[in-house]
Amino acid sequence: MGKRVLIVDDEPNIVISLEFLMKREGFEVSVARDGEEALRKVEESTPDVMLLDVMMPKKTGYEVCQQIRANPSLSGVKIVMLTAKGRDTEVAKGLDLGADAYMTKPFSTKDLVAQVRALLGIS
Amino acid sequence: MLQGSTIIAISLAYLGVLFAVAYYGDKRSDHGRSLIANPTIYALSLAVYCTTWTFYGSVGRAASTGIGFLPIYLGPTMIAALWWWVLVKMVRIAKANRITSIADFVASRYGKSQLIGGLVTVIAVIGIVPYISLQLKAVSNSFSILLGYPEIVMPSHAGELPVWRDTSLLIALAMAAFTIVFGTRHLDATERHEGMVAAIAFESIIKLVAFTAVGLWVTFGLFDGFGDIFARAAEQPQLAKLMQVSNTASSYGSWASLTLLSMLSVMFLPRQFQIAVVENVNEDHVRRAIWQFPLYLLLINIFVLPIALGGMLHFSAGGVDADTFVLTLPMSQRQEVLALLVFIGGLSAATGMVIVETIALSTMVCNDLVMPLLLRSRWFRVHQRADMSGLLLTIRRGAILVILLLGYIYFRAAGEAYALVGIGLISFAAVAQFAPVIFGGMYWKGGTRNGALAGLFAGFAVWAYTLLLPSFAKSGWLPVGFLQEGLFGIALLRPTQLFGLTGMDEITHCLFWSLLANTAAYAGVSLSGRPSATETSQATLFVDAMKQGAQGAGSRFWRGSAQVDELLPLIGRFLGPQRAQLAFENYARQRGRSGVADLQADAGTVHYAESLLAGAIGSASARVMVASVVKEEPLGLDEVMNILDEASQVRAYSRQLEQKSRELERATAELRAANERLQELDRLKDDFMSSVTHELRTPLTSIRAFSEILFDNPEMDAEERQNFLSIITRETERLTRLVNQVLDMAKIESGRTEWQTEALDLREVIDSSIASVSQVYREKDVALVSEMPDKVPTLMADRDRLIQVMLNLLSNAVKFVSPGSGRVAVRLTHSDAGLRVDVEDNGPGIRPEDQQVIFEKFRQGGDTMTDKPQGTGLGLPISKQIVEHFGGHLWVESEPGKGAVFSFTLPLQAEAADDAAGAALAA
Repeated sequence: MGKRVLIVDDEPNIVISLEFLMKREGFEVSVARDGEEALRKVEESTPDVMLLDVMMPKKTGYEVCQQIRANPSLSGVKIVMLTAKGRDTEVAKGLDLGADAYMTKPFSTKDLVAQVRALLGIS
Repeated sequence: MLQGSTIIAISLAYLGVLFAVAYYGDKRSDHGRSLIANPTIYALSLAVYCTTWTFYGSVGRAASTGIGFLPIYLGPTMIAALWWWVLVKMVRIAKANRITSIADFVASRYGKSQLIGGLVTVIAVIGIVPYISLQLKAVSNSFSILLGYPEIVMPSHAGELPVWRDTSLLIALAMAAFTIVFGTRHLDATERHEGMVAAIAFESIIKLVAFTAVGLWVTFGLFDGFGDIFARAAEQPQLAKLMQVSNTASSYGSWASLTLLSMLSVMFLPRQFQIAVVENVNEDHVRRAIWQFPLYLLLINIFVLPIALGGMLHFSAGGVDADTFVLTLPMSQRQEVLALLVFIGGLSAATGMVIVETIALSTMVCNDLVMPLLLRSRWFRVHQRADMSGLLLTIRRGAILVILLLGYIYFRAAGEAYALVGIGLISFAAVAQFAPVIFGGMYWKGGTRNGALAGLFAGFAVWAYTLLLPSFAKSGWLPVGFLQEGLFGIALLRPTQLFGLTGMDEITHCLFWSLLANTAAYAGVSLSGRPSATETSQATLFVDAMKQGAQGAGSRFWRGSAQVDELLPLIGRFLGPQRAQLAFENYARQRGRSGVADLQADAGTVHYAESLLAGAIGSASARVMVASVVKEEPLGLDEVMNILDEASQVRAYSRQLEQKSRELERATAELRAANERLQELDRLKDDFMSSVTHELRTPLTSIRAFSEILFDNPEMDAEERQNFLSIITRETERLTRLVNQVLDMAKIESGRTEWQTEALDLREVIDSSIASVSQVYREKDVALVSEMPDKVPTLMADRDRLIQVMLNLLSNAVKFVSPGSGRVAVRLTHSDAGLRVDVEDNGPGIRPEDQQVIFEKFRQGGDTMTDKPQGTGLGLPISKQIVEHFGGHLWVESEPGKGAVFSFTLPLQAEAADDAAGAALAA
């Protein structure tokens, strides 16, 4: 059975590119446009990996990450935070909140794919 | 029936209570929890001003002159308004110089002159003796009357009884004993008596209660209220007269002179000075006394007229002295308890006055009369090593006894010639003689010792001649002929019509001549001579008492050498060795020394020793005593002048320093503000950079991702490839736009923008802008409508810039409204002032706190943590700058939930101005 990936971002073009990359890897892809929608999608069907943007309307990526990590039944969800804010403090904050990886925009598509595969244990 | 023994027992019991209050007050003060550290106690103790003269005499005076009793209370009420300036300054001077009495005050001011201290003391004693006799008369009369209860018998005339049966002698002796026990139990360096002050405040309450009780009883018990008394009195012609101010020049003159007299008395009567200045524990207490003391006077005067009129109505047959109405009215109705209360109230008023007055006078007699003489005597030098503190107390006790006996003698000799008020006024006129030298001394540096002596002597002589001698003559001590024909038969020297001055009552007459002679002599002699060095230094200490740095300045004016082991025993002789040792140890510690042995006998120490001694024996004597053990090198006048010059230079210098430090503080504050502003700007720049970075990274992310995807997937189908390439193009455009906007802002900011000003039709600008954004609006399904007049005046402005503003407003609006239901309206209107454009949307609106913020650079509305900032935060600031460049305004009106209206105006004057400039160029 294919791994499920949830893409959370409010920039339509970035979503398109991420969707393309994940589908190419053979993952099952769903999309959320803001933080609240992301949490709803997670409730509906738990993904294996989340690509989570930080600066979003309604709920930031930090808050989404925090809420997921507060729920033990979602402990298996791997979270990759994506953000245009690349300062060290922001990276540290994301990791402290329980993100598994943190990538700064603009990112290398190869690195992103490798990171996702590593988190899923796919060699 | 009241037994004499009952009255005496109750009186003694009352005195016992007074004593207990005083004892408790002293105990509390010893434990550092002062009973009198309370402004109300201070104000109440000032009411020692109200003696039996007020208690019995006001009614008597009201019965003969109507409201003529009032000036005695109006004066103090008026001068109380000046206390914050005058009294506070006196208190400060007295504290700084350890002043113990009014004689000490005057002596200290005029170069610590023993002669002046003595003269003031003599004037005070002679002047006050009649006043004390008045208290004896009142107490003795009220006692005799009360003894006759229930019969009302006027007391036999003083002097008719042999001395040994005269109750007033006994009263005088009892009061002397009481005062001695009360006030001279120990010698205090500051000459303060906390217990006494507490007791005086207490007796002030008692006399007020007693008088008010009688007043209430007469007004509402005996009669039917104020209206009843005044109505009944008005029916009787001679009583009706009392209720008018008689309309003659002399009566106004009397009013004025009595008011002036009582203004001066409330400041300069020795007992008032004692309570108000010497016993003052806190300058701030004066502030409350300014209204509380006049309030007390008002309360104790409310019932004077009702009692006077009531008494005259009640005893219409005559035969009852109006001075006794307060007592005889209750007696006539067999109000035994009330009568006793009145007696106690009167006794209270008398003892209060006698205690404070005799303590004050005995201090003056001891310090300013006896000590200077003793210091000269050989006997004193022989006993140089003896402890003098016991002797000092003995002198004071003796003085108390002598003063009271003098009062008794005056009472026997002259007491019957005058009503109570008359006697009191003689004393008032005597202390009024202190006014020129004290006021002059506090506010005029030019007053000299010789001037003060001349003034005091002249004033006192005129007072004695025009008021005291006539009072003797009236009582038969002197031939009456001298009153009527003048001294040596010279008519011009008639004491009550001096130099032919008539038409005044004798008090006004005396006050006029004595104050005239006093002031003229004081000012004349002062101006014609030069002050000595000591006088100059003391004058400065007094006149500049309120200035900064004046405190503790006394030691500046001393130079010489001394030994602590000579100073200490000297002080010990007067204060007792233990207290002297203790005081010196305290002083040593204050100066940061380990003990007395470590103390240098420098100017400061000598000054301290002198002020300690001044507290016990007065400043003039203290100076002489200290001079006997130290080797003083007297300062010349020019040296004192130099010190004063230096002092004023130091003051000026310290003022400059203060000013400099204030300037420094201001500069520091400005720097701090500038620094904060810089930090704020730095933070804004940081935020801006972060925001720009984010905005730059977002399109870059798409561009990079799609480029890599296209690169890695060459086999991608053509349609998808086309789609991805167009995304890359759009994102690149977005990047360009952002970069342009940032540069644009920077240009406008730095004033390097080139403005292409041309005549334009704003309708056309709006139409073009709408056309540019219509695509976006259609895509989002938002309605866009415009309302414009058919014609508007042309405008001189930059077309592209105005389109930029319109595009910004329109694209903002479409960003915030909901797709489908969103509606944006553009309106153009014009008035004489100019053109106005409104862009109205039905979006979520803008919170009031954000309505200013959105026009600031790099700032965006809403909470940036939850709302992704839309745009760069530069659109509105740029638009605002553009509109303001053309003299217009850009603002927003919005209520959250009800949409927002962004409006801007553009004035037409800009066109006119440019036209004028053009015309000028053409011409």
